[in-house]
Amino acid sequence: MNHQTATTITDNWEAVRAACLEVLPAHIIAFIENNRDMEHSEGQLIAALHMVQAHFGYLAQDTMHAVAQLAQIPLAKVTGVATFYHYFRLQPRGKHMISVCLGTACYVKGADKVAQRLMDELGIHFGETTRDGLFSLDSTRCLGTCGLAPVAMVDNQVYGPLTPTDVSVILAKYVKKEKGTAE
Amino acid sequence: MSSPVTDFFDSLRDRVHSAMAEHRKAGKITVQIGSATCEHAAGSLDVLDEFTKHIQSSGSDAIEIHKTGCTGRCSKEPIVGIFVPGQAPVKYERVNRELVHEIFTKHIQKGCPLPEHALDGSLDRQNLGAGQGAKSSVSQKFTEMYGDVSFFTAQNRIAMRNSGVLDPESLEEYIALDGFKALATVLGKNDPQWVINEVLKARLRGRGGGGFLTGKKWELATQNEEKTRYIICNGDEGDPGAFMDRGMLESDPFSVLEGMIIGGYAIGAGKGFWYIRAEYPLAIKRIQNAIDLCTKAGLLGKNIMGSGWDFEMEIRLGAGAFVCGEETALIRSIEGERGQPKVRPPFPTTRGLWGKPTCINNVETFANITAIVNHGGEWFASVGTEESGGTKVFALAGKVKHTGLVEVPLGTPLKDVVFGIGGGVQDDKALKAIQTGGPAGGFIPAAMDNLAVDFGPLSKVGSIMGSGGMIVLSEEDCIVDISKFYLSFTQEESCGKCTPCREGTTRMLEILERITSGAAVLEDLDKLERLGKLCQQTALCGLGRAAPNPVLSSLKHFRDEYVEHIQDKTCRAKKCVAMIHFEINAEACIGCTACVRNCPVNCIAGQRKEAHVIDQSRCVKCGQCFDFCRFNAVERK
Amino acid sequence: MTKQSINLTIDGTPLQVPAGTTVMKAAERLGIHLPRLCYHPNLSLEGACRVCVVQVKGFNHFMTACSQEVWEGMAVQTNSPEIRQARRDIVELLLDNHPKDCQTCDRDGNCELQRLAYQLGVRERLFEGKKKEFATDESSKSVIRNPSKCILCGRCVRVCAEVQGVGNLSQHGRGFETVVGPANLCNMDDSVCIQCGQCVAVCPTAAFLEQDHTERVWQALAAEKKHVVVQVAPAIRATLGEIFGLPVGTPVTGKLVTALRRLGFDEVFDTNFGADLTIMEEATEFLSRVSKGENLPLLTSCSPGWVSFLEKFYPEMIRFTSTCKSPMQMTSALIKSYYAEKKGLDPKDIAVVAIMPCVAKKFEAGRPEHTMADGTPYTDAVLTTRELGWMIKSYGIDFNVLPDGEFDRPMGISSGAADIFGATGGVMEAALRTAAVKLTGEELGPLEFSEVRGVTGIKEATIKINGMEINIAVSNGLNNAKKLLEAIKSGEKNYHLVEIMACPGGCIMGGGQPYPQVYQDPMDPDISRARAKALYGIDAQKQLRRSHENPAIAHLYAEFLGEPNGEKAHQLLHTTYQARSPRGIR
Ligand SMILES: Cc1cc2nc3c(=O)[nH]c(=O)nc-3n(C[C@H](O)[C@H](O)[C@H](O)COP(=O)(O)O)c2cc1C
Ligand code: SF4
Ligand code: SF4
Ligand code: SF4
Ligand code: SF4
Ligand code: SF4
Ligand code: SF4
Ligand code: SF4
Ligand code: SF4
Ligand code: FES
Ligand code: FES
Ligand code: FES
Repeated sequence: MNHQTATTITDNWEAVRAACLEVLPAHIIAFIENNRDMEHSEGQLIAALHMVQAHFGYLAQDTMHAVAQLAQIPLAKVTGVATFYHYFRLQPRGKHMISVCLGTACYVKGADKVAQRLMDELGIHFGETTRDGLFSLDSTRCLGTCGLAPVAMVDNQVYGPLTPTDVSVILAKYVKKEKGTAE
Repeated sequence: MSSPVTDFFDSLRDRVHSAMAEHRKAGKITVQIGSATCEHAAGSLDVLDEFTKHIQSSGSDAIEIHKTGCTGRCSKEPIVGIFVPGQAPVKYERVNRELVHEIFTKHIQKGCPLPEHALDGSLDRQNLGAGQGAKSSVSQKFTEMYGDVSFFTAQNRIAMRNSGVLDPESLEEYIALDGFKALATVLGKNDPQWVINEVLKARLRGRGGGGFLTGKKWELATQNEEKTRYIICNGDEGDPGAFMDRGMLESDPFSVLEGMIIGGYAIGAGKGFWYIRAEYPLAIKRIQNAIDLCTKAGLLGKNIMGSGWDFEMEIRLGAGAFVCGEETALIRSIEGERGQPKVRPPFPTTRGLWGKPTCINNVETFANITAIVNHGGEWFASVGTEESGGTKVFALAGKVKHTGLVEVPLGTPLKDVVFGIGGGVQDDKALKAIQTGGPAGGFIPAAMDNLAVDFGPLSKVGSIMGSGGMIVLSEEDCIVDISKFYLSFTQEESCGKCTPCREGTTRMLEILERITSGAAVLEDLDKLERLGKLCQQTALCGLGRAAPNPVLSSLKHFRDEYVEHIQDKTCRAKKCVAMIHFEINAEACIGCTACVRNCPVNCIAGQRKEAHVIDQSRCVKCGQCFDFCRFNAVERK
Repeated sequence: MTKQSINLTIDGTPLQVPAGTTVMKAAERLGIHLPRLCYHPNLSLEGACRVCVVQVKGFNHFMTACSQEVWEGMAVQTNSPEIRQARRDIVELLLDNHPKDCQTCDRDGNCELQRLAYQLGVRERLFEGKKKEFATDESSKSVIRNPSKCILCGRCVRVCAEVQGVGNLSQHGRGFETVVGPANLCNMDDSVCIQCGQCVAVCPTAAFLEQDHTERVWQALAAEKKHVVVQVAPAIRATLGEIFGLPVGTPVTGKLVTALRRLGFDEVFDTNFGADLTIMEEATEFLSRVSKGENLPLLTSCSPGWVSFLEKFYPEMIRFTSTCKSPMQMTSALIKSYYAEKKGLDPKDIAVVAIMPCVAKKFEAGRPEHTMADGTPYTDAVLTTRELGWMIKSYGIDFNVLPDGEFDRPMGISSGAADIFGATGGVMEAALRTAAVKLTGEELGPLEFSEVRGVTGIKEATIKINGMEINIAVSNGLNNAKKLLEAIKSGEKNYHLVEIMACPGGCIMGGGQPYPQVYQDPMDPDISRARAKALYGIDAQKQLRRSHENPAIAHLYAEFLGEPNGEKAHQLLHTTYQARSPRGIR
């Protein structure tokens, strides 16, 4: 679609923009607005969503709405895109992000058991966050550390080779740290 | 003959060479530290930190740190190289903070290397000169640096020639190693068809999986009246267990970039896109750095090398969808859409990104281009087979001693890779099969390990070359279980657009789950084959068409294992939880209680120093007791 | 560039087709209608369902006939045993993830999926396993969404975005978990949906349906005290016959009236009457705006789908839009005032049922603007053509043997100008017929305006009447309306009068019209043409061709309303609009 003319901006544009300013940080607004009049600007939708997720940790409905309004892309398309890509999270993430590698090398070396233990201990499935907001669990494919398989990554720290028992130890470490800081 | 391009390039290269010579004169000791994601994960950042501290506190300015990409030795990381001028280089494996201290104080400061920590257990590295040991002058520098390590010398590094050699963030180092010579040649000739011809002569086939002749693809894109064209580097690398492209993007970004510029020139594109998965932040950073440096140096952007030709590049991030490696899905994704493939034809070379002719090539494909231009298509072709020129990088993993990235000429027998370079099966178990091609590939039974790795032979036995995953499976792996693993991957990654893939893979997975849980009947095997064939014949894109391959190929080569699961309810590899149970052999058990402490459901009872027993009704078959018993008292039955 | 001819064989029969023809279209030339679920002639190519696969000599994998273009020497097999099994398996896979509901399903035996299953001979269920389960969304007054029955053909997503320019729908999630719905999978009522029902019209299954009003109507008919009045929209008479197996484009006005009498309606009126009245009001409004030179162009307002679009997407254009109610609402308002008065009935005892080609009319009928002072709606129920067809069948009426009947008076008398309301351009033509007379003051102005006929998405013309040049434009399908509106807003175009119909082709292709029959594609432009032709045929045969010539209308003004656009007319026949959220993105 051609966004060159000012006619794409709606009659209530002032209000729309003001509402967007409330939910999105300035750099994202600037990114979208700088792109809007360029050729193929819809192509930057995924980039914009990446920026939102980098800023907030996830894509909330109001932020997606703001992106849709500012970029003038139908909201259904925005949420359709956001739900297609597994990298995008629609729920807030926990304080610590645990990713278990389920790549082939790790699987062959027992990653399924590690994953199972994590799910058991945390009481959540992939894509979920513990109720205390401490941990989010995800699976990934190959962290490129196949030599250490099976591996899991907590935040940016890679652990491996792991046994299910190691999982308990590692989790306990983080829990303890959190408790420590809480006091 | 002097031209703006040669003038530009000569002066650039001269500047770099003299700066390098200046630097060499200083005669510093170099500490080389791997800095790719894998190395970081293995702890190389700690190592870097420790060396920095040591150098600082020593106050010496004759020691410098040199960051490189990765060499592909996953299982040995972090690797550190010590280069003392005038001496043979020494490589250390699995370095940690403590070892840094030792290396620093003993090797660097006192000149006594530590043989017990040397890479592959040997200090005895000759400093091989050109020609010796080097498969070609292309990888000469690599050979000089890494010497005569069998893991490396059995390889032929063309695409990975600079990986582990260069500082991936330094344009100067790249230029010093013949960087941008190929682009200068190409722009100097001012004849896109010449490039295409060289690539055709090279018989370079796409390394992204399809194996389509790159020269042919480029030619197709030029046979179009539409003059706005695009070239895309496919760095989506979604295969679980494959990391070749990440290795190259992180370790030698400039080579890929130069290959892509040349490709763009050959097809007459004005713009190139990198599509890199968001899970590769370091690769993204390094490519962005390479783009920025090259733009600043006049190697990218307007009037490249004074040739009058303009070409720019932009990075687009993936967002966690394997299917976006498929060309039309990738294009949709760049267009800001859900990454669902489109029907082909029309092919992207006719109507691609925003409806314009578009060439998509794999990272490794581009990484080969400069070597082809510099050394000639015929030379490249001579490395491979009749059918396909050059080498292929594999991510060797699974039950193999030396996991890592290996690059071998096409046509190399599988066993040379697995046993020669990989050192054979871990723990000296028997080889069961080699899986190539990842979730789109198949299994090659141990008996066929003499098979040549090449597009044709692999597909003839029901597997594919794919992007380069190579998983070694031993007798301890259950073929049904692994097939199920691959199918669960494709089922999860199916975009959901077309019926056979969306519904069919789900049903196939359900059948496999029935088989591994002991609830299947023999007819289920027919259903698997019927659904598998349906997907192959009718799915919209490559994902669905190839999804059944692991299952169908394992059914072909290992049908008896399926039948055992169904009829005898046994899993010979003792993997399928529903078909095994754990018992403690009272005679072997010494009552150490290790199992008790590790059982997640507390279902093991027994007095200390007496034989223990498992309460079968509560056991969840996690296998912890089996893994933790040091007296082999726990038996898996 | 002349198109090259291509020689190929299909099932051994050689044929020649122009280059660029798809295998599907080529096969149709031989009278072979390949199965299809995601293909749609008006929409972009999806290639998702895969039921149209054919075998091509020399290839292992099958090709989809809807997407594959022919090539020289191509040899196509449409019916080998392998292909038949593949198609059957694909349809079975769809059924395996689908409720086993056919007997109790609202598609009422008229479902493309069910039909394919029978036609292809799916007799076993080999692969059953887990099934998707979703709650049905009945929040919208017009459209019900039941994702459990969705087969993900994507037609609705495409029609909503590509034809209607609304973009309310998208696939969400992926793989086996994919589901089609509005943004964030919110309720349809909270979405930017403008209730046009095109998604319902193109859906091959019962995943999108209109809100069912038939039970309300049965109840009203059964209630002793209720005086049940029915009114029938212009487009119904051209399409209802299809439901009873008559060829597309067969006019069935007389049988329709008789069927309604058999069903038990107390009075059978014609929405055409309201259409003539609309022209009187709108022409007056138009002439007054022209003379004052303000708020031009006048945008028509009889399509509730368009009105919703206006309010959600282009509220700044409200001042240009005619304040006239739609013919349906005018008729209903008069039934509960004028007619009630005449009959001496309490409006509360009257139930007004409207038979409409339209799904949006259900929403319109429920708008607060269209209620009487005490809150009762002017229109009590809206039945789509399909719902009426079902009621007739359900009653057991053998439609095709019915004698012709005539509408009741006075609100059954109408001009031919009203009949053509059902086709795109019809309202414009009807308005011009009357406006021409009013402007020239002569009794006989031009009658037929061929420049506004035809199914093209946007039509423009300049009509000279009495030395005055009137720039007009007609659009159907809201994506086309968007183009017109943008051109008007930017000042690129200066029109005086613009007709906007939400549905592609106008009401003859409304969201409530009969589903396609075997061998037909929904919304096929050919169907549109044939249905329009029926309406123009009815018009041509009428004595009365201009709205203002309708004696019943003249009588109505004299007896009840007073002047067009007068006070009483304003109170009963005009309405207001307001910006609504959520705001759509255009
Ligand atoms: C499901 C699917 C995933 C793919 N993933 C990748 C990928 O991650 N990287 C890649 O280079 N090619 C991938 N491909 C192959 C590409 O579609 C394409 O053929 C390739 O990038 C072309 O480059 P080449 O000719 O250099 O091999 C994939 C194909 C399919 C069907
Ligand atoms: S084969 Fe699978 S991934 Fe490819 S289009 Fe079909 S559903 Fe999507
Ligand atoms: S297999 Fe797991 S659950 Fe069972 S006894 Fe051993 S440790 Fe406990
Ligand atoms: S770990 Fe082994 S030896 Fe120790 S108590 Fe358990 S079974 Fe016995
Ligand atoms: S939508 Fe069609 S297939 Fe599904 S239950 Fe209804 S009639 Fe049957
Ligand atoms: S036709 Fe078959 S499914 Fe339908 S009602 Fe009769 S027996 Fe039941
Ligand atoms: S009723 Fe119309 S606007 Fe609403 S979802 Fe369906 S097609 Fe879109
Ligand atoms: S709702 Fe209907 S039209 Fe839309 S995708 Fe599902 S089956 Fe197709
Ligand atoms: S065009 Fe006709 S059927 Fe469609 S929304 Fe408007 S009035 Fe209804
Ligand atoms: S498969 Fe887990 S790190 Fe590679
Ligand atoms: S060494 Fe870099 S990938 Fe393992
Ligand atoms: S794929 Fe051809 S009709 Fe659906």
